[in-house]
Amino acid sequence: MSVRILQNKCVGCGKCLSVCPGNLLKKGEDGKVHIRNIRDCWGCTACLKECHTGAILYFLGADMGGMGSMLSVKEKGDVRIWRVDSPNGETKTIEINMKDSNKY
Amino acid sequence: MKTKRLETDVLIIGGGTAGCFAAYTLGKEAGVSVLIAEKANIKRSGCLAAGVNALNAYITEGHIPQDYVDYAKKDAHGIVREDLLLSMSERLNHVTKVLDDLGLVILKDENGKYVARGNRNIKINGENIKPLLAEAAMSQDNVTVLERVNITDYIIEENEIKGAWGFNIEENVFYDIRAKAVLCATGGAAGLYRPNNPGFSRHKMWYSPFNTGAGFAMGILAGAEMTTFEMRFIALRCKDTIAPVGTIAQGVGARQMNSHGEIYETKYGLTTSQRLYGTVTENREGRGPCYLKTDEISAAQEQDLYRAYLNMAPSQTLKWLEGSRGPASENVEIEGTEPYIVGGHTASGYWVDNGRRTTVKGLFAAGDVAGGCPQKYVTGALAEGEIAAESMTKYLKNLNADSEKSNAIKEIETKIDNASILKKKEYEAHLTAEGKDSEDTFFITAEQLEEAMQKVMDQYAGGIATDYQYNEERLVIGKKRIGELLGMIDELKAKDMFELKDIYEVRERLIVCQTLIEHLRARKETRWHSFGENTDYPKESNQWLKYVNSKRKPDGGTEIIFRELVTGGKVYECTDFTE
Repeated sequence: MSVRILQNKCVGCGKCLSVCPGNLLKKGEDGKVHIRNIRDCWGCTACLKECHTGAILYFLGADMGGMGSMLSVKEKGDVRIWRVDSPNGETKTIEINMKDSNKY
Repeated sequence: MKTKRLETDVLIIGGGTAGCFAAYTLGKEAGVSVLIAEKANIKRSGCLAAGVNALNAYITEGHIPQDYVDYAKKDAHGIVREDLLLSMSERLNHVTKVLDDLGLVILKDENGKYVARGNRNIKINGENIKPLLAEAAMSQDNVTVLERVNITDYIIEENEIKGAWGFNIEENVFYDIRAKAVLCATGGAAGLYRPNNPGFSRHKMWYSPFNTGAGFAMGILAGAEMTTFEMRFIALRCKDTIAPVGTIAQGVGARQMNSHGEIYETKYGLTTSQRLYGTVTENREGRGPCYLKTDEISAAQEQDLYRAYLNMAPSQTLKWLEGSRGPASENVEIEGTEPYIVGGHTASGYWVDNGRRTTVKGLFAAGDVAGGCPQKYVTGALAEGEIAAESMTKYLKNLNADSEKSNAIKEIETKIDNASILKKKEYEAHLTAEGKDSEDTFFITAEQLEEAMQKVMDQYAGGIATDYQYNEERLVIGKKRIGELLGMIDELKAKDMFELKDIYEVRERLIVCQTLIEHLRARKETRWHSFGENTDYPKESNQWLKYVNSKRKPDGGTEIIFRELVTGGKVYECTDFTE
């Protein structure tokens, strides 16, 4: 699994750079963020949570059973809205109130 | 390479769970300067980047700290330090209260009491636990955080710590940090063995792939005594995503089932290693794949699982949603991971006393690098960070009382200054002159050595390939190969500082592998199936109710030291631990 950075949405604010536990994100000469090596991502989603333009998407590699769906996340107050977009255009969303404890 | 020389009272290496809490604790000591050196960024670094689902170490109502000690001792088949476990257990609820005060969401009942999950766990929303801890550390006036600095070696003079060396992973800067006391809180070692997903998703592993065993390696090189590396940790996980199984097993009561539809989990025993061994054996004997039987859960339970995993292991939820293969319709396949060395789960790590002092004067260890005290989880790492911080405060006070030996100090300073120049030269020798790729950077690379090391460990030191089994002959071959790989490190070239970090990470891992192999050879029994499965000695033996410790010899070899168990009520005391 890894992240895909949509270059047309990245505004180069650099917020994601300051949270990657592996220092994998860096700004290129074009002022946009790139991943140093796409195979080195741990899959923690810290960068997705920082990105306010929705430029970072998360996907499963084919070796993990991934089939091209993309996971993204938006924040609305205390609520995190996670969304899965599949290649056939289907979307699924899950809302999590961050003030709620996990049930399990 | 530019040089930055820094001075501090306390250097904390690693701003993860234990390191942040130690810094937070030292915030009370206004006169003590504290520097955290962190390889990445402390907001999300360490094991807690994605979050954590529950607090797994808590003394729930009706229990006492000794119950936790007994549990951990049983799970480790006796090879634990009861003194360390007790001092940790006594603080579990106190550090949980601190987390609550810092703003962690903890589920409470109508009377304001924490809601338990089983005997030792409480339910939380732990997605933001690391940002909370990082903020707690950073907000202390006497704490400075140095990010993107990779520490590779301790500065030691006559078995006393004097600081550490490292470099910035983006800028050409060498760090020469002088400290009176050092806390090692770098975490354990991942990536020693070939992982479950060796290709594109090679970093989709149980433990942080960025925890490369730096703290262990530095301690080994410095001649610190290490303990119980042979008790490896192997996690039982959801297949492919390597996501936790406990949330499903405990949360919705799903049990382990083989391909014949038989529930097998009770057949092998219920310790952590036995649960894993059961799955390995079912597979080996032809009854795999193995699953958690989830296909009876309700739609509402399924939704709650989706949420729980998004808060700690998001790839699992994505896998379920992608292709509509949720746990209510499909049982969840499970597998064992590759082995790790991690003192937060098993008893591997630095040999420490109850104050978390190592055998090197002025060097302390907490969290996943500290040995003898398994089943720490998050709260245990916090407890150790606090204990170490208190010990360091005492240590500094004693040190300041007798520190007027000017001539001797000057001599030592000059010696260290010269050693610093050599260390800087060592770093520089790896960098290509042009700061670009060259023939050299495309020849033998750090990545190549890492893959070679993982292959050797997998095949000769009990990885997934051999169902975690090994024997003397395999280990001897593995030792030789790891030694050869270590000999190639000096030749590696880096085009930039990030690649220099890659070189030092594979060096660290190889050093840990050497010590690990010697420990696996030394324990001539099989006390823990899978975790330490020596096929030359397939049975457990009471003769081996002792610790296997090690120390690196000046010639680079490993000295094995056997020590008697520290049991009920006794505290380990040794002249090696210096006030």
